[in-house]
Amino acid sequence: MLSFGGQTALNCGVSLHKSEILQKYGIKVLGTPISSIEMTEDRQLFKDAMKKSDVPVLESAPAYTLEDSLKIANMIGYPVIIRVAYTLGGKGGGVAHNEYELHEIVTRGLGISLVNQVLIEKYVGNWKQIEYEVMRDNENNSVIVCNMENVLSMRVHTGDNIVVAPSQTLNNYEYHMLRSAALKAVKYCGIVGECNIQFGLDPKSNDYCAIEINARLSRSSALASKATGYPLAYMAAKIGLGYSLDELINKVTKITTACFEPSLDYVVLKMPRWDFKKFEMVNRKIGTTMKSVGEIMAIGRNFEEVLQKAIRMSEIGKYGLVSNNNDITTDKDDKRTRDIESIEQALIYPDDNIIFDVVDAFGAGLPIEKIYELSNIDPWFLKKIKNIIDIELELKNCNKFEESLVRKAKQNGFSDKQISNILEIDELKIRDLRKKFGIKPVVKQIDTLAAEWPAQTNYLYLTYGGGVDDISIEKREGFEKSSVIVLGAGPYRIGSSVEFDWGTVNMVSGLKENGVKEIAVINCNPETVSTDYDISDRLYFEEITFERVMDIYEKENPTGIITCVGGQTANNLTMKLDRNGCYILGTRSVDVDRAEDREKFGKLLDSLNIKQPPWKKFATIGEAKKFTGEVKYPVLVRPSYVLSGAAMKVVWDDEQLEKFLNEAVVVSPEHPIVISKFLQEASEVEVDGIGGNNQIMIGAIIEHVDNAGIHSGDAIMCIPPWRLNRKTIDTITEYTIKIGNALNVTGPFNIQFLVKDDEVSVIEANIRASRSMPFVSKFIGINMIEIAAKAILNKPFPKVIKDLWLKKSGFAIKVPQFSFMQLDGADIVLGVEMQSTGEVACFGHSLYDALSKAYTAAGYSLQLSGSALITAGGQRNKEKLLPLVKSIQTMGFNVMATEHTAEFLELNEFNGIQRVFKISEPERKPNIADLLFQRKINFIINIPSTSTIEKYVDMLNDEYQIRRKAVEMGIPVLTTIEASTSFVKTLEWLKQNNPTIEPINGYNNNPI
Amino acid sequence: MRTRTIKIPTIYQKYTGYRARLLLENGKIFDGIGFGYPTRATGEVVFNTGMVGYTESLTDPSYHGQLLCMTYPLIGNYGVPSFDIKDEYGLPKYFESDKIHPRALLIHNLSEIASHWNCIKTLDQWLYEERIPGIYGIDTRELTKIIRIKGVMMGCLHVTADDEIDNLVLEKNLRSDRYEGKNFMNDVSVNKPHVFGKEEDKTIVLLDTGTKYSIIRNILKLGFRVVQLPWNTSFEDINSYSPIGVVISNGPGDPKVCNQTIDTARRLIETSTPTLGICLGNQILALAAGADTYKLKYGHRGQNKSCKEVTINQSFITSQNHGYGIEADSLKKSEFNMWFQNPDDKSVEGIIHKSKPIIAVQFHPEASPGPFDCTFVFDKFKELVLTSKTDQI
Repeated sequence: MLSFGGQTALNCGVSLHKSEILQKYGIKVLGTPISSIEMTEDRQLFKDAMKKSDVPVLESAPAYTLEDSLKIANMIGYPVIIRVAYTLGGKGGGVAHNEYELHEIVTRGLGISLVNQVLIEKYVGNWKQIEYEVMRDNENNSVIVCNMENVLSMRVHTGDNIVVAPSQTLNNYEYHMLRSAALKAVKYCGIVGECNIQFGLDPKSNDYCAIEINARLSRSSALASKATGYPLAYMAAKIGLGYSLDELINKVTKITTACFEPSLDYVVLKMPRWDFKKFEMVNRKIGTTMKSVGEIMAIGRNFEEVLQKAIRMSEIGKYGLVSNNNDITTDKDDKRTRDIESIEQALIYPDDNIIFDVVDAFGAGLPIEKIYELSNIDPWFLKKIKNIIDIELELKNCNKFEESLVRKAKQNGFSDKQISNILEIDELKIRDLRKKFGIKPVVKQIDTLAAEWPAQTNYLYLTYGGGVDDISIEKREGFEKSSVIVLGAGPYRIGSSVEFDWGTVNMVSGLKENGVKEIAVINCNPETVSTDYDISDRLYFEEITFERVMDIYEKENPTGIITCVGGQTANNLTMKLDRNGCYILGTRSVDVDRAEDREKFGKLLDSLNIKQPPWKKFATIGEAKKFTGEVKYPVLVRPSYVLSGAAMKVVWDDEQLEKFLNEAVVVSPEHPIVISKFLQEASEVEVDGIGGNNQIMIGAIIEHVDNAGIHSGDAIMCIPPWRLNRKTIDTITEYTIKIGNALNVTGPFNIQFLVKDDEVSVIEANIRASRSMPFVSKFIGINMIEIAAKAILNKPFPKVIKDLWLKKSGFAIKVPQFSFMQLDGADIVLGVEMQSTGEVACFGHSLYDALSKAYTAAGYSLQLSGSALITAGGQRNKEKLLPLVKSIQTMGFNVMATEHTAEFLELNEFNGIQRVFKISEPERKPNIADLLFQRKINFIINIPSTSTIEKYVDMLNDEYQIRRKAVEMGIPVLTTIEASTSFVKTLEWLKQNNPTIEPINGYNNNPI
Repeated sequence: MRTRTIKIPTIYQKYTGYRARLLLENGKIFDGIGFGYPTRATGEVVFNTGMVGYTESLTDPSYHGQLLCMTYPLIGNYGVPSFDIKDEYGLPKYFESDKIHPRALLIHNLSEIASHWNCIKTLDQWLYEERIPGIYGIDTRELTKIIRIKGVMMGCLHVTADDEIDNLVLEKNLRSDRYEGKNFMNDVSVNKPHVFGKEEDKTIVLLDTGTKYSIIRNILKLGFRVVQLPWNTSFEDINSYSPIGVVISNGPGDPKVCNQTIDTARRLIETSTPTLGICLGNQILALAAGADTYKLKYGHRGQNKSCKEVTINQSFITSQNHGYGIEADSLKKSEFNMWFQNPDDKSVEGIIHKSKPIIAVQFHPEASPGPFDCTFVFDKFKELVLTSKTDQI
């Protein structure tokens, strides 16, 4: 089955077919056949197929060269959209308004397409973008499971679009015209299983066209599954096995047929989550290339409600569409008084802030018609946004708690916090008042059939758009009737991704196995397993906010709530929930606070006689400068309660410190900053553990391959530690147990250490599940979260061999995956801010066995001959590179270097260095730009000077250009000495060895 | 693609904000906001699970005598198009008859704005013009569940701009009106023949028991001329038009009250006239053939149900709107076999004569609202008409 693992699996399957490996071993492709995949992936074949099935397509033609593309674009007329064949997430495509833009996009696109093909197509940005999810079996029974409408029209890639289901602005004729077209197209292409088809629909006539078919389960399918309660992947798998649709049963009613089309009696809205703030120089505009890193889905009974819910779910520091005032987390440019011109520009060229730009546009007095004209957002959606603004105004004018008005606000998605901000009444007071007036949300079920048949599952959401609860929860007593709420992790974003969903799901099964009767999960991320309605007894597809968790807690009246597996989102609620009467299961919140509050934690470490790098908290810049004078630069600056390094920065001198504190953060007594000494050339080590039953179980000690300074989420990690001595390991073990015991940890925790010259100090302790726990669990073959479940329930731990992780024979390597390609302009130099969007782990019998596989899995191409480009900033970096360059030359690589680096190498008696010229000097040949485009460079070592003071001034702009172009061409770029060393050593290893291929227990099943 | 200069009209609701109360037969009261025309309406409360198509549903004569609840919460989004937009046969493209048939509309949320290139008015304005009341702001899911659990029941809606709402009056209205056993034919059928299509084409008679325009559209699309006759037209009168086939349409109410149509149907079967029954027409043919019909607990109304063609074992998504059905066991007493079946409650969704060119479906092959997946039923009918032995009856 090729259609379940996304584009990666699909491409892999096609390659296996093309290289006749499938044929060789007599392997049959189940479900959608290869021929259908090719028909939908190759633009020309797709177009032909659509014509034959009588479905219109846009005027377009494929191009294999730049010259072709220019001709085609002239024929069709600008603007045109360039789509790249066989890539994921619209990677590399774009809209060209002129020849110049075309040149750039096509060159890049041809480079990354597996088949060196791009499609030049008429651009219809103002059309509606409508999608249908189709199920089809071997006997041509086919159904549409869901249709979806993209609020931001064709302009924006559906992955970056705000999407509603079902469509809101299509009438019956249009809905079914496109539905019929979808079925015709899918039948002709021979899809067996599930696929997604995208249409463009003229907002001013019945003209439409098919844009593309994804012959596989996609992000949209996941969304459609959650939006409707129809488990698409499950059904598609059954169909792949040969079942027909009418033989399958609807998993929600457990009695009606699966051969039906879900009817929704609610509205669903998906909002993408972007993380541009983590990147310097990134272009935040959204368009035809997907840039978001995650998404959330809101369910409600009207558009206003789901829009405001969705904004809160995105966790971008907002309480809703409006009334986000008085808070430092809101954007500094979040003001209603922008000049009209900048608003209009923002509407024409949307970025991640588009929905708030619309609010500004209304604030500036633009009429709906004008906003539509600029933004292509249908007036229907605009009016709904306007409703929210109007209600805010009503509340402002009323200026007191007025029952009917508050009820109306709640029905339109206002949070207590927003109302609190407007009325200047405390949030909790608002909560009490509205409860007194009986203004409470109701629980509704998602049943796939709009209440026509009773649902046997508890897939739930809360809404103010209704009068009665769909379900009633009986009162329980005693452990036998225990019930627990587990908080999930919210949207995938940089720093919080599938690892915390893994935690949530395993916590649920761990609790179940240990006798908890009923488990409710709260989460809002449609891409997750925890939001499958058969994971828990009751799934609340809801916001993970204080207000909503309390609403659910009051309805559930559970034995307790678990906040330690959902990452930072869930964890941050612990204190407030505790204070408001929720029983927190796991480590007590006072102890969690003792770990998170830097001062308390510092005192704790002092009392345990454990070192940490010197640090201090400041409320003014003057004090800060005094401290940095004492400890000397570099220092690490950050606010307390950080989320994955947001706003963290390494600072190298006074000037930079002032600039950062004045421009990028707020410094005040309420919002103090913490400055700590930044240790250079130290190794960073992490420990994952579980505490409980008066004991501490250490999962593993993990060492970073990079030196400290790279965010732990971006670092390459290794188990066991690859360069620590036994004494250091013992010290770390001892510290871990001391800290764990001192904090009375009950459940999962993670401690980060620095090791320099065998001296161990502590960076921080997080009393919750960590990002690396799935990795550790896979390596040691023990599920740490299930042990955490035992800890939380006070059940004894299973017997585990002491230092199990150290006794495994193999090595485990985790390598981060970055998405710089999708982020125009983003620089790829790593730092204390996390930037990776995913990760891979590989196992091996030796460090390099594991590393070589991990690099390959992360998408590096490991060529054993060819050319390497080497450039380094600063004398020290250049010196450190010398042994590496030696190794590279010894392996037979041609070494290229820019002028200064080449000069330095020659001074150090290297011969045969090829001099190449900077991208900023295109007239000088050989030029790096040309070499990159001609694929004459196999990998690049580009180490910026240690200090980032002048990172983006002109002289370094050139380095940035090199890194950027290389990313666009898919060439590995290594930006630290350690990363380069491990990369080069891996190549050396590969010269002599082949990576092993074994099941995971071949690497971890044999304690020495 | 040409660029158009037409703007998307954005029209705001006008006839709304009234006091409104819905009382159900079981005593349950729903208070909401009234819209459309302020008046009282009594009828059988039914729900439809379709997510689009309120203009088509509201003009479907099969809803005559009923209060229609839409389970999809957001209604009125794309407004109401002009009756002047006609299809290639001169019939209004977005409507199924020339007026609103349900006695009231029950919804969760009425769109404040109508946004569509072809809309000329809002839903509330249309209801106002047709003197139909509506209520929104009620928990339609709760209402739907009541109907599902207790079965369809009578309801009375009072929408008022100024009066107090008197529960006693609502109750009195509720008690004094009945849906069951009522003959609505004179309200929904034509009272004289109407002819569509080209003179030179062969004639199909459409026996109008409350037909939707789309049935006429689909017969015309087959290349036939349509003569639409009143529901009580005799077999002999039908014959006088020399049809090559007959279609018995959809319509409201209990089929058993359509005695005259059943008699005519019996003659059509006896004479082996190529016949297609749709919805009510399906039930009438079954009754004429000696089978029995019954009232469903809460009916089938939606666009998402599959029906299995039992002879080829293939499923199709259908558009449905029926409160009565054919008793499956009773088919044994007739010369009909089951043709389509609802896989969920195993109810009969279509019948086919064992030897004669007569077919009927309980669902709506003409769609509108709903999916077009079953238009092949019309093709099948055409095939039957053209291959049956005689050119004329």
